[in-house]
Amino acid sequence: MTDTAVPATIERLEEVVIRFAGDSGDGMQLTGDRFTSVSAAFGNDLATLPDYPAEIRAPAGTLAGVSAFQIHISDHDILTPGDNPTVLVAMNPAALVANIGDLPRGGSVILNSDAFDERAYAKASLPGDPRVDGTLDGYQVFEVPMTSLTLKACEPTGAKPRDAERSKNFFALGLVSWMYTRPTESTLEWIEKRFGSRAQVAEANRRSFLAGYNFGETTELFAHAYEVRPASLEPGTYTNISGNTALAWGIVAAGQLSNLPVFLGSYPITPASDILHELSKHKNFGVRTMQAEDEIAGIGAALGAAFAGHLAFTTTSGPGIDLKSETIGLAVSLELPLVIIDIQRGGPSTGLPTKTEQADLLQVMYGRHGECPVPIVAARTASHCFDAVIEGVRIALAYRTPVFVLSDGYLANGSEPWLLPKVEDLPDLSVPFADGPNHTLPDGTEVFWPYERDPETLARPWAIPGTPGLEHRVGGIEKADGTGNISYDPTNHEHMVRLRAAKVAGIAKSIPPTDLDDPTGDGEILVLGWGSTWGAIQQAARVLRGKGRRIATAHLMHLNPFPSDLGDVLRRYPKILVPEMNLGQLTKLVRAEYLVDARPFSKVKGLPFTAAEIELAIDAELGDPR
Amino acid sequence: MTDTAVPVTTKKDWATDQEVRWCPGCGDYSILTAVQMLLPELGVRRENTVFVSGIGCSSRFPYYMSTYGIHSIHGRAPAIATGIASARPDLDVWVVTGDGDALSIGGNHLIHALRRNVNLTILLFNNQIYGLTKGQYSPTSELGKVTKSTPMGSVDHPFNPVSLALGAEATFVARTHDLDRKHMMETIRRAHEHRGASFVEIYQNCNVFNDGAFDAILGKEVRPDMLIPLVHGEPIRFGTDNGKGVVMQPDGRLRICDIAEVGEDALLVHDETRESAGLAFQLSHLAAGPHEPTPIGVFRAVERTTYESLMQDQLITAQQRSGPGDLAKLLASGGTWEV
Repeated sequence: MTDTAVPATIERLEEVVIRFAGDSGDGMQLTGDRFTSVSAAFGNDLATLPDYPAEIRAPAGTLAGVSAFQIHISDHDILTPGDNPTVLVAMNPAALVANIGDLPRGGSVILNSDAFDERAYAKASLPGDPRVDGTLDGYQVFEVPMTSLTLKACEPTGAKPRDAERSKNFFALGLVSWMYTRPTESTLEWIEKRFGSRAQVAEANRRSFLAGYNFGETTELFAHAYEVRPASLEPGTYTNISGNTALAWGIVAAGQLSNLPVFLGSYPITPASDILHELSKHKNFGVRTMQAEDEIAGIGAALGAAFAGHLAFTTTSGPGIDLKSETIGLAVSLELPLVIIDIQRGGPSTGLPTKTEQADLLQVMYGRHGECPVPIVAARTASHCFDAVIEGVRIALAYRTPVFVLSDGYLANGSEPWLLPKVEDLPDLSVPFADGPNHTLPDGTEVFWPYERDPETLARPWAIPGTPGLEHRVGGIEKADGTGNISYDPTNHEHMVRLRAAKVAGIAKSIPPTDLDDPTGDGEILVLGWGSTWGAIQQAARVLRGKGRRIATAHLMHLNPFPSDLGDVLRRYPKILVPEMNLGQLTKLVRAEYLVDARPFSKVKGLPFTAAEIELAIDAELGDPR
Repeated sequence: MTDTAVPVTTKKDWATDQEVRWCPGCGDYSILTAVQMLLPELGVRRENTVFVSGIGCSSRFPYYMSTYGIHSIHGRAPAIATGIASARPDLDVWVVTGDGDALSIGGNHLIHALRRNVNLTILLFNNQIYGLTKGQYSPTSELGKVTKSTPMGSVDHPFNPVSLALGAEATFVARTHDLDRKHMMETIRRAHEHRGASFVEIYQNCNVFNDGAFDAILGKEVRPDMLIPLVHGEPIRFGTDNGKGVVMQPDGRLRICDIAEVGEDALLVHDETRESAGLAFQLSHLAAGPHEPTPIGVFRAVERTTYESLMQDQLITAQQRSGPGDLAKLLASGGTWEV
């Protein structure tokens, strides 16, 4: 808690959803990140949703240039970044009108009144002042001249007005920090650390932050401050983590757990580049990162490194998967471990690079020529990305196969508190390299056959260059079973196609049963999900169960192969609803596989589901009156 | 790796039991023989040798070498080989490719492997035709080439592979041909010795789809007058009685002339170690195609730190700065709190 005096009246809230919105040059993501860190350290449970335009700097003041960051903080465990904000911080008219529609009437709007003038209305293509045309009817509006107060606060630093003005996001952060009784120390320390090398900027930010905080405290504009107490989470050590950081750390961890050097071949692409950035910071773990000339070379180099005995990864988004597909096919044929991480974004083509979607499922399942099975693992929350990559590596190493790990734009940039695992509890992922002959010819000669299989996993040996006596050639041409020599024999080809399929299907033996949650045991509907829809589905189920509905949920981490009991689970329920951020891709798969009447509930707006949307959809599916 | 001496091997030790399936009379056979004869002389181990290829006739090469090998996908061999070489600097990595594989579908990977200076020995078999797909023109086919896909003649200007490699700032660039085993072996030996990406264009005859493409310069009778051997530190001269040479004109352009006319001292002395690739580039353009006097040998051989050694250095520096990786420390590095 802060030492600074707080007003006498502090209203306690269970939770609050704040959306910071401004121009993409206004530093809203930074403000949101900072508020997140402070709230996480304070002990709130939280979930975040950054929402920003693909353009680095769209024209200032326009609707296209609005960048927003939503954070849900709570004194109990929460599952989503919140359906609707309760507080909107709007730095200009465009940010106000672009976001006000999501704020229920009665909510609070804090706006930068200095940014409301004719020029700004013109830039935002507004007919006039949105503060007086009814737009804000029914809201609690706080007008704060943030720009001029920031300029005044920065005067002693000697910063030019143009530069000083850029600190206004810190004013907003200070104000909101006061409103929600956030401690100030850690933000001040952070400003020092982040901007310390530029003394004037650091000082301007510090002064603006404190000016915002003090403004809240000393003016009578706000009747009282609010408090969201720490959540009672499972005991342990927590950190706040985004999905992409969790993936990068999962990669580092998998290298340690398998005793293999890590190799990442990658090409910059939104929203996956942060994994490459994060991993590149950890070369002291022996991690090699290569920014390749293109997506194809990224996976090509990774596959080469896998052949050479490294734990190989490639990271990308949908357009990159398009380009990597041929090499994934080669990896299936070579039967080498390789983990392909796809941070899904809106498609087709360039689509919505900064927005989320789950529409690559059928692509990763089927998007290659020939019979070309690849296991698929999907993460459900930001921190679960860590577990997903470790599970992907386990499968890749044990079965010598490329594996997809799916995340999406929402998980990639969103963050949540993560109960840190104990390193000693993490699984041992190590597998042996081949070190000698594995086959005896009829004449008794001991030989090495590169495609002789482990009878249990059907994995072939991983024989790496540098091992004398195991020299062998692999390639994309069909191989004879066992010897791995080129074979055009029709019977052998069918045999190999079936072997590769059986190997991937057999992974089901090593994965846990369906993650089913059916509190009453007789659910009237099963809500089946995968990936990042988890939070919204769980929240919706929680609300409906509170109203007496019997809701079962099942969430899939393994999408190829499915858990062995999935068919039995699905057949137990009279109705199956599958919320997906696509037009029904998992729905198609389970219908085809199990002949069940699963119904899709689709949303492809580039934004995650809200819990309320899923609640309504379940209601509609159940149909009967309560 | 062991400390024991590299075992003595013969050509036979480097061959596999797989039947070689190139067309009878293909130039690839003589290249395979040259490489298999050369390897025993290089003091390398089979288990530390990796051949990587793409797709095309030449790309069958790894199946015939008793080393580690990958017959990969079209055009991608330099990318895959880059991964192998940068993961495992202890390995001896070769890329075998063709004019379509390296210069058409895989052009991007080739130039980037060269500019990065990955320690690879790249052998480009140039037969100026697509053989495996049965005879379409390639990116090195001469303008107007009549093939199945270009019945009225091709309308695209060809690449000069040596010029392209020099343009990509390759540190070792050479050319040889499939009819001179000694020259091939010496050129490939030099390429292998070189630390970094070495690029060797090998003129190779496709006797089925483009027979005689190099006859104008490689025919027994014309060869002395049509091949210009490049020898480091020597004046550039050729011809039946060594009577012709290359001079630089006052305007900076290169010209072939009779030594009798210009005198020995006027000849350009070949220097493969020149930092600028400019003169080597000019030499690569001396002939407009393999029908004019054509330089062979090493165009350029300069030292530059390799990609994988720079990568390796960063890992060492990172360890010195931050100590060996500690997973628990990493997981706590973003700031933690206790509940």
